[in-house]
Amino acid sequence: MNTGINVPQIARFGAFYVAAARIRSMAKWKVIITAVDVGNPLFYLIAVGIGIGVLVESNSGTSGTNGIKYIAFIAPALLANAAITGVMDECVFPVIEGFKWRKLFYAQNATPITGRQIAIGVYLAALSRTVFSVTIYYLFLLAFNVVDFGISVLTILAAIMAGGSFGAVMMYFAAKIEKEDYFFNVMQRLVIMPMFLFSGTFFPLSSMPIYLQPIGWISPLWHGTELGREAAFDYGISTLMIAIHLVFLVAVAAIGLTLSIRQFERRLAK
Amino acid sequence: MSNSLISVRGLTKKFDDFTAVNGVSFEVAKGESFGLLGPNGAGKSTIMRILAATSTRTAGTVEILDKDPEKFGPLVRAHLGVVPQQDNLDGELTVSENLFIYGRYFGLSKRFINAKIEELLVFAQLEEKRNVKVEALSGGMKRRLTIARGLVSEPDILLLDEPTTGLDPQARHILWDRLFRLKEQGVTLVLTTHFMDEAEQLCDRIVVMDKGAIMAEGSPAGLIKEYSSKEVLEVRFGSDRNVEVAPVLQKMCERMETLPDRILMYADDGEKLLEQITAQKLHPTTSLVRRSSLEDVFLRLTGRTLIE
Repeated sequence: MNTGINVPQIARFGAFYVAAARIRSMAKWKVIITAVDVGNPLFYLIAVGIGIGVLVESNSGTSGTNGIKYIAFIAPALLANAAITGVMDECVFPVIEGFKWRKLFYAQNATPITGRQIAIGVYLAALSRTVFSVTIYYLFLLAFNVVDFGISVLTILAAIMAGGSFGAVMMYFAAKIEKEDYFFNVMQRLVIMPMFLFSGTFFPLSSMPIYLQPIGWISPLWHGTELGREAAFDYGISTLMIAIHLVFLVAVAAIGLTLSIRQFERRLAK
Repeated sequence: MSNSLISVRGLTKKFDDFTAVNGVSFEVAKGESFGLLGPNGAGKSTIMRILAATSTRTAGTVEILDKDPEKFGPLVRAHLGVVPQQDNLDGELTVSENLFIYGRYFGLSKRFINAKIEELLVFAQLEEKRNVKVEALSGGMKRRLTIARGLVSEPDILLLDEPTTGLDPQARHILWDRLFRLKEQGVTLVLTTHFMDEAEQLCDRIVVMDKGAIMAEGSPAGLIKEYSSKEVLEVRFGSDRNVEVAPVLQKMCERMETLPDRILMYADDGEKLLEQITAQKLHPTTSLVRRSSLEDVFLRLTGRTLIE
């Protein structure tokens, strides 16, 4: 064996090698990724800040949003949604590409790299992309004077947790896909869009009828948004609820990642 | 440590009710160029994936450098270079980036990989393409890059699954030349193929496989000697007449195979046999005398041609 190959070292750092390769591939798309990550907050903040926000506040002031300016109220939700969208891109397409389109995972698995390391590596790269997207978004929030710099930085963390939680589950489903025919349409129309609309994004979840609220309860977007609001301004949620939001997001991420790892290992060994 | 780099005993792989590999045994020695020859579906690729420590077996034992690939997957794979049947390069990255990231999966230092890339670009005749995205390469170039990628870690064993399938004749010959150089350098090659000329060109020893089992084992020349005659006379009388003249021809040679489009007659002297046929006033529309090949061995062993 080549004396430069250190198998125990690969066992420790293999996931990072995979993540580094993913980030290198992502870098090929840097112009598009940056354009999306800049355009997305810009358009949303202008549309909501100047358009919908003015309309809402001229009709009901800030009574429906716990006394917070409308744009500030929805900003953490937009941030969490940006995280989820970014993670989706990096947890779904590269996984289908890896197993099916280009079969890159089989090439990686022909080296000392394991299925577990490939799954974790792809996930880490997706989170890195999210950190980039969400940080740019946060800078726009500062520039538009939507949040004050300080503890509100934690909204970034809340958004990344929402993205990480949702992405881990999506990665599992992407790893299961044999035929992707309907996957994207179904995901976009029946999961992503309802989640965006019914997770307390544009109005507090409590203002919705009780039978619609469970959509928010199981949605990483709602949990991430609530945490983000608490960080961005004094939203007044209890310590218990903060704990519940944190535990939910971490637990879903852990379950999603565990299932993904198992599915990666199974599919590669088929 | 035994003399064999690879030792396979009674290897069986079942997928539900289907037995893909059925009690296969073979050994591969250091520096040897070993081939698995057989038609599609013979179980060759399944064996390769088990040797590559990426698939499990149903029964039997497999040892690669004295280690069970199922128990020591990453450690065994650290010794291997794998060239899969379908190229699985990262099309978005350049030629040299593909080599670089692959080297990193073996935990090799950047300095080592960068020096190795220069060497491999020369080997793969891709120096001019180093900064070209893989998507833009021809099929032959991609194949050479995949082989170069398999060599980035300086493996003890290079596993090649159908290395030239889908390539045009010129690209195949370039690839054979590259593989032959590796063989000369003493790299242990294990390859699968359904091309008998490829097996003859590259392999010191082959096993002929059909339906998951080994039908014969030996050197290409040895197998031809054992299972076929020195020469083969191929005659065509037209689809309708082939069957009609077959009984007459049968008496004139030691063995004969009637295929849908032609008749193969096995003899030590093909020209002499052709003279006898024409003397009988049987005039084939076309005739060809050639030396026996592994295709004839396969036909003899299975009653079928390699590519059907």
